Amino acid sequence: MKNILAAIVVLLLLGAAAYAAFFVAPTDVKQGLIYRILYLHVASAWTGLTSFFLCFVANLLYVWRRQPKWDWLGVSAAETGLAFTTVVLVTGPIWAHPVWGIWWTWDARLTSTFVLWLLYVSYLVLRTLIEEPDRRGLLSALFGIFAFIDVPLVFGSIRWWRTQHPQPVIMGEPGSGLDPLMLRVLLFSWLAMLGLMTLLLRQRYRLEAMRGDLEIIQRELEAA
Amino acid sequence: MSLFSNTTALLGKELRTEFRSRELLTTTIVFILIVLVLFSFTFDPTSDESRRFGPGLLWLAFLFAASLMLQPCFLREQTNDTLDALRLSVADPFAIFLAKLAANTLFLLVTELLLLPVFAMMYNVKVLPVLHWVILVFFLGSLGVSIAGTALSAISAQARMRELLLPLLLLPLLTPILVASTEVTIALLDRSPYVQWKGIGFLGVFDVVFLTTLWLFGEYLLEE
Repeated sequence: MKNILAAIVVLLLLGAAAYAAFFVAPTDVKQGLIYRILYLHVASAWTGLTSFFLCFVANLLYVWRRQPKWDWLGVSAAETGLAFTTVVLVTGPIWAHPVWGIWWTWDARLTSTFVLWLLYVSYLVLRTLIEEPDRRGLLSALFGIFAFIDVPLVFGSIRWWRTQHPQPVIMGEPGSGLDPLMLRVLLFSWLAMLGLMTLLLRQRYRLEAMRGDLEIIQRELEAA
Repeated sequence: MSLFSNTTALLGKELRTEFRSRELLTTTIVFILIVLVLFSFTFDPTSDESRRFGPGLLWLAFLFAASLMLQPCFLREQTNDTLDALRLSVADPFAIFLAKLAANTLFLLVTELLLLPVFAMMYNVKVLPVLHWVILVFFLGSLGVSIAGTALSAISAQARMRELLLPLLLLPLLTPILVASTEVTIALLDRSPYVQWKGIGFLGVFDVVFLTTLWLFGEYLLEE
């Protein structure tokens, strides 16, 4: 019951965010309608980063406390983050093509998002290759820590040396700014996305917890 | 002080193991040579083009070679069942990492310096006037590659499909090294060479950040 209620609330939030994105936020002078993808694209990017940060915290806590729940939270947050980052990588080119005239540009943000995506895919691949749950939890947590620490370095290096292309029009440099109403709609979309993230995270966490229990039962049966 | 003496003793062991067979060095040198020759077929290396692309290709070859060369680092200890003995013999497990990463840095640096004249000849760039700077960049870059690579090879050695897994985990993590070293090397091999301090500083920061992380979390990587 609680789950259904939470799902309904998140659905309402997402609906309201979509309504605000299409009908409340003003149209961009330069880009016209297409810019409205911003409310999906940027909100997903922020949510993805939030999720990866949760994964990092869970990884640290797992190394420190060694409770399976932190491992479960870690893998759930990594997968949820990947889902949102995938949305970012798909909506990016859809937005870039009409505005910049190209599908992809090797800009700092795009490229570091892509490397971030690759790092967390590797994290999930690593998890599939270690059988023993404790070892899997510990080693993937340690890789997660290295990966997360790498992210600001990736971003810095690409931003300093690899951005010869024009800066993105929106949210580019400080000063390019966003209309206050647009900003409010964007923050609201982010809130809705965070709701969706929490919902997904909860479901994924419960699935992982069940898998953990199943593994224990299977091993007991094999030993018996 | 025991950390230092432990590290030097273990470093001696790493060097002796390698210089008895010279397996790693020979294979890595041949591998990089093959990659450099194959690269030359993918574009027409006139001197101006190779000035721009050469350093990138060189560093890409180094990274690929490193991801192969670092494989046996912990795997060898595991197949010979010597990891427990190593762990028992030192007070601080960080000494094991320090020794291994120092040995790896040295092997990489030797390989790179042996191949530098070949690269300079084949791609027609002048390295002699800026040799000391090139050595500094090679050192800082190789150190970063070795720190991250030694840590991750301890992870991959404990998983299935380890040969494929290490490059998968390591290469995206090394993006900042690739970007920064390439840019600094391009600046050094320019018609009017200059030292890009920003890049050198960046490489230093990468090394310090990863070394600190390894120092904090290294012992968990070797947990039984």
